[in-house]
Amino acid sequence: MQHINLEVDKGEIFGLIGPDGAGKTTLIRILTTLLLPDSGTAQVMGMDVIKDYRPLRRLFGYMPGRFSLYEDLTVEENLELFASIFGTTIQENYYLIEDIYKQIEPFKTRRAGKLSGGMKQKLALSCAMIHKPDVIFLDEPTTGVDPVSRREFWYMLRKLKEHGITIFVSTPYMDEASQCDRIALIQAGKILSIDTPQGIVNQFEGDLYAVITNKKHQLVKDLRNYKNAKSVFLFGNYIHYSDKTIFLDKQGLTDYLKNLNHGEIEIRKVEPTIEDCFLALMGNLTGEVTHV
Amino acid sequence: MFNSHSIEVRKLTKKFGSFTAVNEISFDTEKGEIFGFLGANGAGKSTAIKMLCGLWTPTSGEAKVAGFDIYKENEKIKRRIGYMSQKFSLYQDLTARENIRFYAGIYGMPDTKIKEKTEVLLDRLKLSEFADVQINSLPLGWKQKLAFSVAVFHEPEIVFLDEPTGGVDPVTRRDFWEMIYDTAKLGTTIFVTTHYMDESEYCDRISIMVDGRIEALGSPIELKERYDSKTMDEVFVKLARPAAIK
Repeated sequence: MQHINLEVDKGEIFGLIGPDGAGKTTLIRILTTLLLPDSGTAQVMGMDVIKDYRPLRRLFGYMPGRFSLYEDLTVEENLELFASIFGTTIQENYYLIEDIYKQIEPFKTRRAGKLSGGMKQKLALSCAMIHKPDVIFLDEPTTGVDPVSRREFWYMLRKLKEHGITIFVSTPYMDEASQCDRIALIQAGKILSIDTPQGIVNQFEGDLYAVITNKKHQLVKDLRNYKNAKSVFLFGNYIHYSDKTIFLDKQGLTDYLKNLNHGEIEIRKVEPTIEDCFLALMGNLTGEVTHV
Repeated sequence: MFNSHSIEVRKLTKKFGSFTAVNEISFDTEKGEIFGFLGANGAGKSTAIKMLCGLWTPTSGEAKVAGFDIYKENEKIKRRIGYMSQKFSLYQDLTARENIRFYAGIYGMPDTKIKEKTEVLLDRLKLSEFADVQINSLPLGWKQKLAFSVAVFHEPEIVFLDEPTGGVDPVTRRDFWEMIYDTAKLGTTIFVTTHYMDESEYCDRISIMVDGRIEALGSPIELKERYDSKTMDEVFVKLARPAAIK
């Protein structure tokens, strides 16, 4: 991780978005006082993560990437344990976790190790929240989780935001960016960009086109060989294409593809997604790094 | 065996006590087809894959993989398939070259052929320079590309990929799918699970499992039409939601 600068506002959902190995966990561990930085400073709730680590630890909640509750304690025992460590009770802050906890309450006498993945996640979030933290750090809470459960998890986070809690969450899924107020795109230990999701999309340089023909597998290779191709990426049902020129010569591209025996050619302008922006910024990274 | 079907499944079922993990699923895959096997966590995908790989015996139903019966000929199946997942793929403390030799050796490839193919592969992956360093020091994306190459090194008829791109950066994820396309073109059936819904669009056909059953099966275009959805994500949510609410 190098030269990370960022600020998170009180009460916002801040997303740290990047692939495995980008440095997400390292950053979260530094901010949660579990890892010492080589240089630089960081404050959480106005406290220094190195000097003030003791009082600071009482103020935030942390849900690590790996399930780290006591598997041989029951659901309720885990929650009680976390409450008592922080000198509170389940009753006192129950209103905060109610929406989440009531979904697993029917299984409160079950050992945590015997819960399904989705239920473990809900218990971990409840435990991280039971002392009513001002800030909560969530390290990849949705990794390996199916799209439906991921949506439900984000719904829970938005409910927590309503209680004024600042949420700092990391994810490798680019499509979750839209759930955040602001995001930082991170790759290879460097921040590529920090902005609102729309702000990041607005920064995309040039126009983006969705292209499809009746020979999709071949299309990627053919587009890449086109003389004006700037970027060519598989994107769901389409190939996302950007051109070196300012105004795309649509007819020229169509003729080029026709000559290579493509039929049913469709080329239309599309709004870039966060993933398009990430791909473009990653391309910049391999050249010269631009700091925001 | 039916000549072009690489996998044939009829009413395949697996029960654990009173719990039915896989409930009478039926489908076929074609040679060279990219078949997306989707479903929510806990829908029964892993259980089904373990049966198709010859690791678990079904409770009932029939299945043939590469023409062999999963009850009686599971050892023959193991030789003709490849497998990789995000969790288990390569030996971290072996080098790329050692991993290739190890797996190819297990599948009984002759030494001369291994040697010859290894150099070609390392070159194609642009890994020649790093062929003799331990895998654990390589970036995840490289490891996953290598793991895939190792899984298809012995030219299997079918390769099972269990969330092969989880956490991989967006550029490498796309390189990975181009490797899948190239492999499918050579006639290998690709049987793949993923939580990235944009990747499901790269498949020729997709099945979606809900509570142990196959609820939907078709090309991405067919499924989007059938469920009146713009994206596969929407299709998935419409189908899997009932299970998730429960």
